[in-house]
Amino acid sequence: MTRTHTDREYEAKLEDLRRRLVAMSERVDGMVEAAVRAVVERDEALARATMAVDREVDRCELECDELCLLILARWQPMASDLRFITIALKMVTDLERIGDLAVNICQRAVRLSSKPPFDYAIIPKMGEAVRQMLGDAVRAFVSADAELARAVLRADDEVDEHYHEVFRALMQLMRDDPALLERGVHVQSVAKFLERIGDHATNVAEQAIFLVAGKDVRHPPKP
Amino acid sequence: MTLATSAPSAAPATEPRPKLMTHGLEAWFGDNRVLKGVDMPIPAHRVTAIIGPSGCGKSTFIRCLNRMHEMVPGARMAGRVELDGQDVYGPDIDPVLLRRRVGMVFQKPNPFPTMSIRDNVLAGMKLSRRKLGKSEAEGVVESALRGAALWDEVKDQLKKPGMDLSGGQQQRLCIARSIAVEPDVLLMDEPCSALDPIATARIEDLLHELKARYTIAIVTHNMQQAARVSDQTAFFLSGELVELAETNTIFTSPGDRRTEDYITGKFG
Amino acid sequence: MSVGVPEIRDGASIRRRGRNLGERAFVALSLLAIAIPLLILVGLVAHTLSDALGRIDWDFIVGYPSRRASAAGILPALVGSLWLIGLTALIALPLGVGAAVWLEEYGGRSRLAGFIEVNIANLAGVPSIIYGLLGLGLFVRFLGLDRSVLAGALTLSLLVMPIVIMATREALRTVPGHLREAAAALGATRWQVIRQVVLPMSLPGILTGSILSISRAIGETAPLIVVGALTYMTFLPQDPGDPFTALPIQIYNWVSRPQEAFLVNAAAGIMVLLVTMLTLNSAAILLRNRLQRRIRR
Repeated sequence: MTRTHTDREYEAKLEDLRRRLVAMSERVDGMVEAAVRAVVERDEALARATMAVDREVDRCELECDELCLLILARWQPMASDLRFITIALKMVTDLERIGDLAVNICQRAVRLSSKPPFDYAIIPKMGEAVRQMLGDAVRAFVSADAELARAVLRADDEVDEHYHEVFRALMQLMRDDPALLERGVHVQSVAKFLERIGDHATNVAEQAIFLVAGKDVRHPPKP
Repeated sequence: MTLATSAPSAAPATEPRPKLMTHGLEAWFGDNRVLKGVDMPIPAHRVTAIIGPSGCGKSTFIRCLNRMHEMVPGARMAGRVELDGQDVYGPDIDPVLLRRRVGMVFQKPNPFPTMSIRDNVLAGMKLSRRKLGKSEAEGVVESALRGAALWDEVKDQLKKPGMDLSGGQQQRLCIARSIAVEPDVLLMDEPCSALDPIATARIEDLLHELKARYTIAIVTHNMQQAARVSDQTAFFLSGELVELAETNTIFTSPGDRRTEDYITGKFG
Repeated sequence: MSVGVPEIRDGASIRRRGRNLGERAFVALSLLAIAIPLLILVGLVAHTLSDALGRIDWDFIVGYPSRRASAAGILPALVGSLWLIGLTALIALPLGVGAAVWLEEYGGRSRLAGFIEVNIANLAGVPSIIYGLLGLGLFVRFLGLDRSVLAGALTLSLLVMPIVIMATREALRTVPGHLREAAAALGATRWQVIRQVVLPMSLPGILTGSILSISRAIGETAPLIVVGALTYMTFLPQDPGDPFTALPIQIYNWVSRPQEAFLVNAAAGIMVLLVTMLTLNSAAILLRNRLQRRIRR
């Protein structure tokens, strides 16, 4: 039985913030998915369209920041509410950075689209893994699920492994066939960007743990 | 990311004995039990805030500490209250003498209307028939008014009636009056609820200085005030002490769900 | 989401409606209720004054009663009244205030206190001649005080004490509880709280009660007669054991004489009585107002 705040305006504002964070993370997730596809399918139009979405993500960041400031000023949140607001401020930054990284991937996609095809086997796999991490981290945050958040932290190790695999494979490829050099470099950049997206998703997961753990320190585990 | 989850909030067991300590404190108004077995330490030279909804027993609690609760017809109590280890309800204890060591400031500023500022400050001494020479009396007046951060404002008007001052000044006058008798403990029952924000801020600032010399317990229904001024906070609900913790902890991550709900404004 | 919020109505008229006849009628009646008795009183006083003006002079005030109306003076009666008031105040005020303090502060809700309280209210309504009889039996005969100023003063004290007690109790009750609390919290015994805080604050009310009681005492005639005040006295009382007379008695004496001239004397006597009473009352009221201004902030 979770109670709600007696002040309904306050409750509504917190709910609004939660919704905006989820919406922002969904939009950013869409960008990552589209960016990876643009790379693999060498689709320049898709890449450019995805880059345009970043403007909206930036706007979301400003709106969320403003909402947090407003809530702090007017309602002086305490305890778990306070932790939620401080985390929201950080999370928004991480999400916005993921958006920027997706833009970077799209820029590489534009370059690669004019070149001959390439074997991108591992890129989509990394993309999937990273999107899974982001989705889980946000879900862990929304439903205060520390276990799920910890799973995300573990998944980051895998993503790092993938990146090193890609790096080694690309090095080999470029040594064997110097004509692939330019493409190889771009692909390596894309892989790096995906790895960093994974790191930001990890940040979000850590914040979710903080939100939960700060409250549960003396509580028995939920049944 | 670290938090103030550092020290578990048990009473400072490894520190010297708390200034005031209650054991199983219960209180009744007639048949109505308003305090249900409270065990609570109040450490020396710190500010302890007591918060909770109306009717939770917080005012009754501090009135049991200086034996003012029993002055209400039909009121009674049970349990022990120890001041420096001595039970203040012992059969050989004089409540009047106790109240000179445990002073109290009330919600509504109440300087004595028939007295000047100077006489108000000295009222505590006069009431206890302490004879003071003139210069000694002036010394007491000045140090008490300085201690209450009121000296600079009234030093040229000591003969004016106490009631001529503003609300915030009157309350500081009451504080001066209380500290003039040099108590060990200062109990404050919602001292700022009748004051405007500026007067409130002055008194809150004063508390930081006062705790160097006295032990302070303050009842407040303003959570932000408790967060600002206190070192440790106690949350009362329906006559019980629900949680006692360092203020940093209780306002960032309280242990008890009921504390969390009250502090975040989920009153049900 | 919000249930049961009444429809918002804008624009309720704020213009004057009707002529408020009911209220005006009430105000008019109230004014009438006070104007009529006041006018009657003023009329009576003016009538008496017109009779007395010619008669009052210094000789009248310092003179002694005489069979000749023109030579009669009021000094013994004046002095007697002043003696009575002085002694009554000395006896009734401390005792009355003390009793009220006990009842209010110490008696609490005990059965004894309740019993006393009920009876005091009754005593205030007892006809004054009963007090006279009591005074005669107790002070004059039993205590052997004979027909002295002291006996008269004691009798009057009994009469006015209920007034003093009730007024003092009311005054004590007006001292707000939080002031008593503040004094107690400073470490004061009950008596210290009363003496230093409660009594100074209730002084205006106590003075009011005193004024009322003195005003009552100065006008009493019947009990004094029963106790044995003289109606014709040619000397002044020198100490409490001496016989005495009082202004109302002297006036009564003159009024019962058939000669016209004595009626004029009576009117003059009434004026002296009124002036004395007004002077005393005004002094006390001034004092009370001064005290009240100090407290009422």
